[in-house]
Amino acid sequence: MSRFEGKSVIRLIAMAMVGLVWAGFSTGCATVTNVGSTIGEAAGVITPQQGESIRRVGEAAEKTFADITPEQEYFIGRAVGATIVNTYNVYDREEATRYLNVLGQAVARFSDMPETFRGYRFLILDTDEINAFAAPGGFIFISRGMIGLCRTEDDLAAVIAHEVGHVQHRHAVRAIKSSRLTSALTILALESAKNLGGSDLAQVTEAFEGSISDITSTMMKGGYARGQEREADRAAVEILRRMGYRQGSLVDVLERMGQVLQTDKRGFGSTHPPASARIAELRPLVNDVNTPVPTSARQKRFDRFTASL
Amino acid sequence: MAKRGWILAGWLVWATTSALANQMSIQVQTGQLRETPSFLGRVVATANYADRVTVIAKQGVWSQVRHPNGQTGWIHESALTRERIVLRAGAQDVHRTASGEELAMAGKGFNSQVEAEFRDKNREVDFTWIDRMEAISVAESEIMKFLREGGLPQ
Repeated sequence: MSRFEGKSVIRLIAMAMVGLVWAGFSTGCATVTNVGSTIGEAAGVITPQQGESIRRVGEAAEKTFADITPEQEYFIGRAVGATIVNTYNVYDREEATRYLNVLGQAVARFSDMPETFRGYRFLILDTDEINAFAAPGGFIFISRGMIGLCRTEDDLAAVIAHEVGHVQHRHAVRAIKSSRLTSALTILALESAKNLGGSDLAQVTEAFEGSISDITSTMMKGGYARGQEREADRAAVEILRRMGYRQGSLVDVLERMGQVLQTDKRGFGSTHPPASARIAELRPLVNDVNTPVPTSARQKRFDRFTASL
Repeated sequence: MAKRGWILAGWLVWATTSALANQMSIQVQTGQLRETPSFLGRVVATANYADRVTVIAKQGVWSQVRHPNGQTGWIHESALTRERIVLRAGAQDVHRTASGEELAMAGKGFNSQVEAEFRDKNREVDFTWIDRMEAISVAESEIMKFLREGGLPQ
């Protein structure tokens, strides 16, 4: 290394930094982008124009749902959840809520994302409408109507597992329009140590409101893309398999739902693909050959739960 | 010289990225480090959101990590991210400081201050149930008992 002195050493470091810029892209590390392009320019390895171009590409890549941190996702989830319970009443029975939370947290534990910023929580919505919502960060809401379609704990686990699948794949935050993130993240990137003030806070809050509205209108009106429902269904089958619940119970619930939703177009009927299409895609995935036989205690606790609704 | 320079530069990149590859950030509010790679494992230490840890071993979806304070334990991979999470100094959400350089990257998003402003503007949206929901706490032992009694593998 003694042969490398002065400018040569700077050149070598600059070359390495250019390499790191590339490495930074592959790992999503934006800090490296700026440092790398600046040092690259200083050493003359890349032109200022190229440096600026690298920086711009880096910035553009930041402004997607992927750049939302788990903590920010948690705050989005709280506001989405509050909007949901503002639209529906909550079924306020402690014992029933407790059962749903123990079952729900057990289900979440077997998913690919058992850990969220502050963990999974579940509530029952007091409506006959067949519906379920998964807000970002793991706030999950299941309607009495949806629970009414379940005949076993395995069925209810399947419904919950589908919702956990949406959380795991971050489908809700993907519904946020990128223009909202671009405006919010640009302001926030410019802000430094201090809390946001005045017009900046107003603009970020506006972007926050818009994000909540994008998510709730997708969940309650437009529905997720067909591919996203498929992802959530697949995640559910895998969770049921890992837990030892009957995978076919997801198909059972969908069949019952399909029958009811032929006449009832509220909730799930308006936001989800036809049950028949989902069932056809699920059947090849379901394999209950090794599923253990349910215990009588399992059915008893489920019956006790549904009797209280 | 140029050729040798690029080879050395390549080695530098490789060496640096290899070292950095083992560095991960905790992406949950409180990360639980366990004695064994399982949710059944006893919690031996906790780590805070954004803490940087070093992965020293992997077993399936579990990583054995070393915290800068010297403690080690197993944590589920979903509690970890390769991203460096920089917290906003002065934010009430999580009390941490960051170096001046990192602050330029800080706070890209929504926090309790933005939620407060949102609530002020949308008074009809009531967060009471969300706070009650968050207060629901299920003990590890309760989940294990539930699985056992239901004849489900743990």
